Amino acid sequence: MAEHAVSAKKASEKKGDNYRHKLALSRIGCYIVLAIICFLCLFFFYMLLINSSRNTFQIQQGFSFLPGASFGINLINLLNDANIPVVSGVLNSLIVSSLTACLAVYFSALTAYAIFAYDFKLRNFAFTLILLIMVMPTQISAVGFVNQMEKMGLKDSLIPLFLPAVASPVVAFFMKQYMDSNLPIEIVEAARIDGCSEFRTFNTIVLPMMKPAVAVQAIFAFVGAWNNFFIPALLLDSANKKTLPILIMQLRSADFLKFDMGKVYMLITIAIIPVVIIYFFLSKYIVGGVTTGSVKG
Amino acid sequence: MKTPAKASSGTARKKQKHINYSKWGYVFLLPFFITFIIFQLIPLISTIYYSFFKYFRSGLKIIGPIFVGFDNYKSLFHSPDLFNYMGNTMLLWIVGFIPQILISLLLAAWFTNTRLRLRGLRFFKTVIYMPNLIMASAFAMLFFALFSDNGPVNGSLIAMGLIHQPVRFLSTVSGTRGLIIFMNFLMWFGNTTILLMAAILGIDPCLYEAAEIDGASSNQMFWRITIPLIKPIMAYVLITSLIGGLQMFDVPQILTNGTGSPDNTSTTMIMYLNNHMYSKNYGMAGAISTILFIICAILCLLVYKTMTDTDGTKNRTKKRRRTAHG
Amino acid sequence: MKKGRSIMAMLATAAILTASLAGCKGTPSTSKAPAKQTAASQSTAAEGKVLNIWCWNDEFQSRFNAYYPDVKEVAKDKSTTTLKDGTVVKWTINENQNNNYQNKLDSALQNQASAPTDQKIDIFLVEADYALKYVNSDYTMDVKKDIGLTDSDLANQYKYTQDIVTSKDGALKGVAWQATPGLFVYRRSIAKSVLGTDDPTKIQESLSSWDKFNDVAQKVNAKGYKMLSGYDDSYRVFSNNVSSPWVTGTTVTVDPNIMNWVKQTKDYTAKGYNNKTILWDNKWTADQGPKSKVFGFFYSTWGINFTLEGNSLAKPVKEGGKEEVGNGIFGDWAVCQGPQSYYWGGTWICACKGTDNAGTIKKIMKSLTCDKDVMKKITTETQDYTNNKAAMDEIASSDFKSKFLGGQNHIKLFAEVAPKIDMSKAGPYDQGCNEALQNAFHDYFNGTVTIDKAKANFEKTIKTKYPELTEVKWPS
Repeated sequence: MAEHAVSAKKASEKKGDNYRHKLALSRIGCYIVLAIICFLCLFFFYMLLINSSRNTFQIQQGFSFLPGASFGINLINLLNDANIPVVSGVLNSLIVSSLTACLAVYFSALTAYAIFAYDFKLRNFAFTLILLIMVMPTQISAVGFVNQMEKMGLKDSLIPLFLPAVASPVVAFFMKQYMDSNLPIEIVEAARIDGCSEFRTFNTIVLPMMKPAVAVQAIFAFVGAWNNFFIPALLLDSANKKTLPILIMQLRSADFLKFDMGKVYMLITIAIIPVVIIYFFLSKYIVGGVTTGSVKG
Repeated sequence: MKTPAKASSGTARKKQKHINYSKWGYVFLLPFFITFIIFQLIPLISTIYYSFFKYFRSGLKIIGPIFVGFDNYKSLFHSPDLFNYMGNTMLLWIVGFIPQILISLLLAAWFTNTRLRLRGLRFFKTVIYMPNLIMASAFAMLFFALFSDNGPVNGSLIAMGLIHQPVRFLSTVSGTRGLIIFMNFLMWFGNTTILLMAAILGIDPCLYEAAEIDGASSNQMFWRITIPLIKPIMAYVLITSLIGGLQMFDVPQILTNGTGSPDNTSTTMIMYLNNHMYSKNYGMAGAISTILFIICAILCLLVYKTMTDTDGTKNRTKKRRRTAHG
Repeated sequence: MKKGRSIMAMLATAAILTASLAGCKGTPSTSKAPAKQTAASQSTAAEGKVLNIWCWNDEFQSRFNAYYPDVKEVAKDKSTTTLKDGTVVKWTINENQNNNYQNKLDSALQNQASAPTDQKIDIFLVEADYALKYVNSDYTMDVKKDIGLTDSDLANQYKYTQDIVTSKDGALKGVAWQATPGLFVYRRSIAKSVLGTDDPTKIQESLSSWDKFNDVAQKVNAKGYKMLSGYDDSYRVFSNNVSSPWVTGTTVTVDPNIMNWVKQTKDYTAKGYNNKTILWDNKWTADQGPKSKVFGFFYSTWGINFTLEGNSLAKPVKEGGKEEVGNGIFGDWAVCQGPQSYYWGGTWICACKGTDNAGTIKKIMKSLTCDKDVMKKITTETQDYTNNKAAMDEIASSDFKSKFLGGQNHIKLFAEVAPKIDMSKAGPYDQGCNEALQNAFHDYFNGTVTIDKAKANFEKTIKTKYPELTEVKWPS
């Protein structure tokens, strides 16, 4: 990379000032476009924060760029609203999302490893099957899924929200691709010669080497589960089991008798904070480079 | 150096496996497939099974299941709804996807361009994924507020003197569809950019160096080197995006309050399915699911084809990279 | 496999139960003594310890916690209420929109027989729009025969509140604590500037028929105001005055009067008499606020105290704003009967079959829907209109004044119209039909579809919502 930059520099020096001007111009163009895009991306966070500090009446009057004075009141109102159990909602969402992320990442790596490292009869068949499962929307089996959970006594429970993550074909597929390009089979063989058991090899040698892929897929899985509304809405009834998206929906649509927009925005803000924190922790892997060759350098 | 080593290790691997390791392949696959069978396959089969029955809840009574053969499918294909909603879904996806891939490609190219040497790349890269963190329902709500009749967008347009009457975005077809497309774009372009960026970073820098020595311009290098080499990832992006597009649900659902208004022009396939599921019509919901399943299975064939093709290209690029490094 | 799973689920519920019980242990020393006393009286000895109540918002919950005499303690998160005899009331709240509450309730009811006793539903609430669906099912218990309320207990309730929850074979299946006659609420200041007076009797004269109402709308518009806020505002007034129920057999019949609503609303929209809002949306709520130019709203009893009052304040109560003249448009409102009598809303309490708390349910029903003193207290404290003729007539003839309504005694007006309510056309499909019809015609009002397309869209939605309905008849 460095070499490339140096040579680029040399080349640019050769071509002289005219070229440098052009480059500066296009750089300005880039910054303008990037600034617009960043504005679009960050504006919504700003809007959420602003609106969570204003009261219903102010929100109805339209948007303002300055915060209001109702932040504390909105927060207190929200926490005191018994029918929107925010704390348990955050906890439930955290439980479901982190378990989903852990299960999805661990078992997908295991699945991918099975296909990557072992040569068995059904190997190609299994891989094809995983691809096939990958393209199926979860919604199409939702009817049967809800009925079956009812029969299994798992309706209104958090278990069916994270356990199915063990079979996450998209993650498994990604892991397989990643292993293909970044996991030398020699290491596995070396471990075998050292007398390491297969399961231990996977846990202590393979998994640590997969860190970047694990981090990226963990973020994707966590965010996906955190924001999932479709399946939880079909399954959950009890207030103390509801996850955040359901609470937001409930606060938005139901309680018109005590409709409070400030409270709604406060809840959304609260719902976003944990994901943002987790994202910032793991984002270096996303920023550093997600896939294939880039991790090596 | 590495290439031959790998080949020999490959044969060694084969031998060893023959002796005692292949059973571990099955063991490690077990959790995935057991979970898949319990939570996806059985429900899917029962979904398909009930699509041949008249089976719904009327008030508190359950009607059926009565076997009706293909009646549910017949009534689906008899009304134009199915095709309309399929059309809506594809339109909302395609019109959103084209600018998304173009802009993502542009951004990925900028982010990886060593000549431009843009500052604050870390910041930009972090920020572009952030809209994806907001849940679709909350995002739809914000859009609803922004673009409502007395919302800030109308307010500023009037203030600038561009319009005199507020534009009623959500009561026009193009307004509603446009907003859905724009929202999907904002939510997913960061994701796409990250994937494309990774693909570009994976390209061997020597190729660019060689091209530069040959006097190629940035443009030429982009079209002749970058684009052909990231095709596999572009295919992956296309396919995952297509799957995502087929599943489009929460954004239009919440933006239009579940009505797909105006005049069902923003009703997607999954919204259609959801309507039947809400009324506990297991027969019809099952039939729609089965149709979706067939569409997805056809897509899967496509995926499999592209993937096996791209696997070939991937190996080639990999090899090239490896030798270059060695 | 299955057994393992249900054991896991049971373990989970057990853990939650212990957690909630642990939460109730806050006052162990005080709770023991009364518990012993009730045990001695033996009346509730066989009762279950958990009373499950299902509803769609916290309206009943707040009334219950504030006015049911046996409430001992409300859990901090309000998810449970502990009664004096130690019974724990567990609240399950599912939002109402898009039949969500009904769907959830239905699947719970279907599991009622097999559910463990402490998870069985004991009480569920229903709305007028779909009450009959449950009333005509076996899931609701006979209030008189099974629960034990007597005719004299129920004598003071408005008759319509009993008619609607009377099953085909004549059994009373539910009781209500409120009656919900509808009225027209208008802005006094706008009335003065347009009609020269804000006196409710005179305003009523000029609004007493739809023709007169339309004339006023034109005058209001000429002065730069809007007669109504949006499309759905007058809907209830038309849909309550129909000649036949929504559904007979498997045929949906759209009443001519509903098409009158379509005609009127299209006309108002074209002429700019309304603000093109949709019920409950942001702009609609804002139209009830200080900066609004809307003349009035069709609102029912609960709407005034629950919704309108809060919306009309410039500084909300939660931020230290006072409910007094000078804060927003508090006090600038008045009510009159409007062009046609109607009702809107209302909540009924049903006892669910399979309950193990019949005694407690009887007590709850008796004190919250039959006890004149409790009812009177609710009305004077919250301005909610309660279901007790004697109590309401007392307040009507007293010098009760609503500051919010500029000193008007609106209970008097409500007391006049409440006995006129006719619920004979109500049916089990009302919520679905009303929602679908309003939604389908919004597109027509917005000008995106023709009237025929709107009709077709209504048919499509209704057949998806209710697969058993086969035909839709439109008035010629």
